[in-house]
Amino acid sequence: MFSSFMTNAWTVATIVAAIAGVVGFFVVLRGAAFPAHAIPNGAFAGAAAANVWGFDPLVGLTVCAVLAALGIGTLGRRGRHDVATALALVMMLAVGAVFLGLSQEYEPAVYSLLFGEVLGVSSSELLPVAGLALICLAAVSVLYRPLLLSSVASEMGEAKGLRSYWIDMAFLIVLALATAMTVPVVGALLIFSLMIGPPAAARAYTGRPGLAILLSVAIALLTVWSAIALSYLSNWPVGFFVGVTSALAYATGRTWSRWSRSRSGKVSFPH
Amino acid sequence: MRWFIEPGFWSSAPVQVALAIGGASAVVSAVVGVFTVLRGQSFAGHALTDVSTAGGSGALLLGVSPIIGFVGLGIIGAGVMDAIGVRRLRGRDLATGIVLGASIALAALVLYLDSTSRATTGATQQILFGSIFTIQSSTVPVVVGLGLAALALVATLYRPLLLSTVGPEMAAARGVPERLVGVLFMAAMAVAVGLSSLTIGAILSTALLIGPAAASIRLTRRIGWSLALAAVLGVAACWLGVLLAYDSYYWTSAHRAVPVSFFIVALVFCFYLASGLGVRTRRHPDGRRAGPGPGTPVAGAGALTTRPPGA
Amino acid sequence: MSDPPSAKVLEIDGLNVSLSGRRVLDQVSFSVGAGEFTGLIGTNGAGKTTLMRTVLGMQAHDSGSIHLLGRPRSRRSHVIGYVPQKANLDPDLPMRARDLVGLGLDGHRLGVPVRTRQRNAAVEESLAAVGAESFADSRVGQLSGGEQQRVLIAHAIISRPRLLLLDEPLANLDLHSGQEVVSLLAGIAADQNVAVLLSAHEINPLLPVMDRVVYLANGRAASGTTEEVIKTEVLSALYGHHVDVISVHGRILVVAGHEGLDHLTMSHDEVAG
Repeated sequence: MFSSFMTNAWTVATIVAAIAGVVGFFVVLRGAAFPAHAIPNGAFAGAAAANVWGFDPLVGLTVCAVLAALGIGTLGRRGRHDVATALALVMMLAVGAVFLGLSQEYEPAVYSLLFGEVLGVSSSELLPVAGLALICLAAVSVLYRPLLLSSVASEMGEAKGLRSYWIDMAFLIVLALATAMTVPVVGALLIFSLMIGPPAAARAYTGRPGLAILLSVAIALLTVWSAIALSYLSNWPVGFFVGVTSALAYATGRTWSRWSRSRSGKVSFPH
Repeated sequence: MRWFIEPGFWSSAPVQVALAIGGASAVVSAVVGVFTVLRGQSFAGHALTDVSTAGGSGALLLGVSPIIGFVGLGIIGAGVMDAIGVRRLRGRDLATGIVLGASIALAALVLYLDSTSRATTGATQQILFGSIFTIQSSTVPVVVGLGLAALALVATLYRPLLLSTVGPEMAAARGVPERLVGVLFMAAMAVAVGLSSLTIGAILSTALLIGPAAASIRLTRRIGWSLALAAVLGVAACWLGVLLAYDSYYWTSAHRAVPVSFFIVALVFCFYLASGLGVRTRRHPDGRRAGPGPGTPVAGAGALTTRPPGA
Repeated sequence: MSDPPSAKVLEIDGLNVSLSGRRVLDQVSFSVGAGEFTGLIGTNGAGKTTLMRTVLGMQAHDSGSIHLLGRPRSRRSHVIGYVPQKANLDPDLPMRARDLVGLGLDGHRLGVPVRTRQRNAAVEESLAAVGAESFADSRVGQLSGGEQQRVLIAHAIISRPRLLLLDEPLANLDLHSGQEVVSLLAGIAADQNVAVLLSAHEINPLLPVMDRVVYLANGRAASGTTEEVIKTEVLSALYGHHVDVISVHGRILVVAGHEGLDHLTMSHDEVAG
């Protein structure tokens, strides 16, 4: 599995895990599990469109992911946030279903887009993927402090100002970019679990943001590497291993948190 | 009306089944959906559609009746979500997401094993996007029966459910076993969602659960009216969607029908947007928004504040 | 069934409650009698909400006892009316004020509410008792804070509870609204012979109507009349360090300091220079 044609897979997997670990930290912090699930599902419509009209799937994924993020943000401003997310999600899935009907997409191709594919990213796409990754990291470092602060402020249920709206929106777009580039490897339906399981486990161990992010990336790397290896060996989908490992990471984090809480009386698990 | 309804619509057996099943699903989903939205459990509701779909694909592999798969795994999933569940919204959504992820992972595996063992194609699309026009008419009585059971459960829980939704401590003061009520409601949700996912697909299931309910909540001042209006909107979206999908077959010379799920979801979406126009100016005096925002605790959200003096 | 003659409405004895391994309430004991207005005073985090939640049965206690009308607290007690500090009253909640009040009467029963004339009359009476008739048909989430609170009080008293618990009702009200609520509650306590237990972090708004006070600090409680409890010696013992109780024009101030006020006064030269 370490042959030359797999180098690409390992490289992309590493990038994917790094981004998922970093962005996922904020997903857990902000309680954005639902948007993290919804946006890549919406991105799926873009891949279907790309297949119909013959352009690069990565472009389709990115555009539709951003559309989904914008939809969630604007709808959520005036209505309940979770309702907005749900409706934006189904609308884009329905559109994706139309595109799917129009195209000659074969079952295996649909399947790998939804559940992940070890060789999901070709070497020609390595550069764009790395580019998107850098943009995400740059955006996160710029938004770092406002994101941390606004997460605390929203705890108090204060009336949200315009600035807070732009921060929410910016984060959703970062989330869109992050999921778009990670979908081909892990799959549209399961990339979100990579963004919640490992970060939740990391936060159970430490409350310090910097350390939590590093730990989150480390756990995500372990998850994706083992998923790729196991998928290569068994031919089972990558997404399956990612989903199961993320759940295990979460469970470990909660158990650790319960155990250390009963010892010291402090609560550190995000809840 | 001939220009609107293409020939053969009323006499087509698949259409009749679609109208019946779709209508029944819409009504049950709407009623359950109103409480789902009020309780801020839209993510859980959507997650259950995917969880029950995973159950359905598992049933396909095992050769077991699909109803058992869809409804059964849905109830198990709801139970696990509640068991892990913590009181605050953020932790609850996290738990929901993890259960959802694990279920989809299982579905991925099942579909893979299924496709290699039986060389069936299109199973993925079938399971996920459903097909309202290919439901067996023999499933109709079972679906209706289970749907009525879910409605009966909600009707029984009506008052304690409403009270614990508005104020968990207020409910506790009146001796309501608020945790038990929550679990039972999620079971009703699992049944409703499982039936919908089985018959009309996971996407439509979420849309009919959340959309009509969210729209009607904005437009009505009493829960009873919300329930009625949500049911009406859901059935309207469903029937109109079936009609448009049937008609679309004749729109182009290529004779490719547009998937019915697209029409129904689009209609639901439009209803929701329209309801937002009607209530443009309705906000709380101190600018508070409705519903849990990202990261807001669900019980106790919204402070009792007064207008600042002079405002 | 009539109450034993000398039973208090609420009796708490030696209550110990821990949260996440930390002792929040330590051997708390006090009682509240019918028609009495009792203030539960303490700073934020002192344990007031925890105490209320324990009485409501939402929080488990390690040891000690809670008795309502002479009988141990149970879910079937049905004698408590509760007014939370915050309720999930979203702006778009499809519920009128009168519907919420009605739920106070039968919200714990299974099934769908039946609007009988009797029920409607009880709702009207409760709304009138708190002065909420004018906004009874508005969406409950659209009301101002003070209006919502009145509705929540009406919801709590409609079932004629023997004990009325209010969790920091004055916290987000301006002075005038706060005074209105306090006198409203005092009136209810007297008219309906209800035991009222109201938590607050500021004692002064309650001074005019309070019969007894329970002061919480460091997880410990001291109870009695205002004169008995709000004294330097008593509060210092509670806090575990010296505090001064100062009375200025009938208003009470509790000031912390290691050696009392002496070290806080400045000499004439320091002020001038």
